Amino acid sequence: MEIKGTGIGLGVAVGSVVRMADRLPEPVDRASHLDPEREAERAKASLSVVAEELNRRGRQAGGAAQDVLEAQAMMAEDPTLIDDVVKRLADGKTAERAVFEAFAAFRDMLLGMGGYMGERAADLDDVSQRVVAHLLKLPAPGVPNPGHPFVLVARDLAPADTAMLDLTQVLGLVTSDGGPTSHTAILAREKSIVAVVGAADAASLADGDMVIVDAANDLVVTDPTPEQVADATERIAERAAREAAPVTPGALADGTPVPLLANLGSADGAAEAVKLGAEGVGLFRTEFLFLDANTAPSVREQQEQYTRLLSAFPGSKVVVRVLDAGADKPLAFLNANEEENPALGLRGIRALRHSEVILREQLTALAAADAATDADLWVMAPMIATVDETRYFTTLCAELGIRYAGVMVETPSAALIADRILDVAAFASIGTNDLTQYTMAADRLLGTVANLQDPWHPAVLRLVGEVGAAGAERGKPVGICGEAAADPLLAVVLVGLGATSLSMSPSALADVRASLARYTPDDAKAIARAALAAEGAAEAKLAAKDAASEITTARATAP
Amino acid sequence: MVERTVRIGSTHGLHARPAKLFTQAAAASGSSVTISKAGGTPVNAASILGVISQGIDFGDEVTLVVDGGDEQRVLDELVELLSTDHDE
Repeated sequence: MEIKGTGIGLGVAVGSVVRMADRLPEPVDRASHLDPEREAERAKASLSVVAEELNRRGRQAGGAAQDVLEAQAMMAEDPTLIDDVVKRLADGKTAERAVFEAFAAFRDMLLGMGGYMGERAADLDDVSQRVVAHLLKLPAPGVPNPGHPFVLVARDLAPADTAMLDLTQVLGLVTSDGGPTSHTAILAREKSIVAVVGAADAASLADGDMVIVDAANDLVVTDPTPEQVADATERIAERAAREAAPVTPGALADGTPVPLLANLGSADGAAEAVKLGAEGVGLFRTEFLFLDANTAPSVREQQEQYTRLLSAFPGSKVVVRVLDAGADKPLAFLNANEEENPALGLRGIRALRHSEVILREQLTALAAADAATDADLWVMAPMIATVDETRYFTTLCAELGIRYAGVMVETPSAALIADRILDVAAFASIGTNDLTQYTMAADRLLGTVANLQDPWHPAVLRLVGEVGAAGAERGKPVGICGEAAADPLLAVVLVGLGATSLSMSPSALADVRASLARYTPDDAKAIARAALAAEGAAEAKLAAKDAASEITTARATAP
Repeated sequence: MVERTVRIGSTHGLHARPAKLFTQAAAASGSSVTISKAGGTPVNAASILGVISQGIDFGDEVTLVVDGGDEQRVLDELVELLSTDHDE
């Protein structure tokens, strides 16, 4: 049987399924049928079983993980916690509820302490879930550790779960919820994990089922035949060979260069990106400098970070996006008011314009870092919707010494008037995730509308085409820096629509490089036309696939 | 009952690993042990949650009170643990 989903990347994996148990719901606060002494026995028994299990896993893991697990075991048997549980049981609560409440109280206290202690709150939550699961005789939630390589099947992964993943054990990842921009998808792309997300029927998979996770074809094959397994194994070997191939600059079949750049979230990933063949940075997100901060970092602090990044790319292009706060990533000092629809609210350039000093400081730090290094610094503003905003940003950049000031095209309005915007801006870079969200009017964080969050939709492609045409007319660069550029076939379509460079997670570079090299500029245009003419996202992808294989087949049989 | 005041030696204070080592030792000592920051309420030193909730930092002065068992030896051992830097 085949289960449909959205593949991330081009990988294939074969293995047996281990399911991740869902997080438990909060135990209901109802009166217990047992007396408090009996409930206390139940609670203490489960607490000590969980402590033993954590200690056992600690001994198995060794090293730093052992310390964390042993500390968790001590939390489970903590006398202060047990006193608190017993006190709550005296009020007639069930053991499940009392344990849940006691852990929650300590968690809130740790969160209130902030910083390092706040991070330990997740450890406490994990212990709480384990104890409640044991009381309810349910499997413990969280990432399983069966002790052998496996295909992880989950509803979706929380960021805390993804941090726990042992990548040497996880062969592939299948989720029933979550779209191509979910945390799981982003993690899979970043770490090159073979993944199929949003596969609704994956809910039927059980522990031990043998599956093929085929990301390239957007499906999961259950009960594969020996032939299917052999075919998949062969593809895994081919892909490994391709990754080992020498790194060359991105180009089409006729040699037309299409620079392949990296999306980075901090200066730490720079060396790895260069190793994987990034010819520069197409999107450097600066939020990491500001998150977890109550006030904006100083010009000097920022300048140090930017200098570190730019030094890793001498002579190459580095496109930095100024602070993109709001919506899913609010900042205390920038986004003070609660908004009903944060994605449509005071975010990106709108928020910066509102707090201009933050933008001025950031541009000042960037200009200073540029002057101190040999990289080619470009700076762009997020969430541009009007020519007026474009002019505001480029004027400020010119005043503060930034040479190349451009815009991100994420709103349909910016795409539709890209000609007028590019008269003012030096370049455009299309953020396909947000452009898709705003074009389809579908919240990218909402699983229930994830099916609409597909950059293959002809409406999105048409807007990309508008920007590409406006750039070509003016000889101004149009980059792509959304997840779409990491899809090897969609990358060809985007180039056909006028994109002059592609930026992606470094792990996607090898596949995209191999894909671009197969087609000439005319091929890319023909494939793009086929996709544009389709009626929906799935049809566009299919049409592009057909057009592409027609071209490669014709070439293979040509004399 | 014996008591002593000691300065915390761990660079990151009494968090995580140092707190774990300390509470493990206190729990295994066979004595009843409390720990308090200057001016704070004493908490059970065998409770990791109690200890980390004190937010004890590097250089803070804390008072240990040991009651029952081999009081003097237990106190010496715990003082030694608190003044050592476990975060190197």
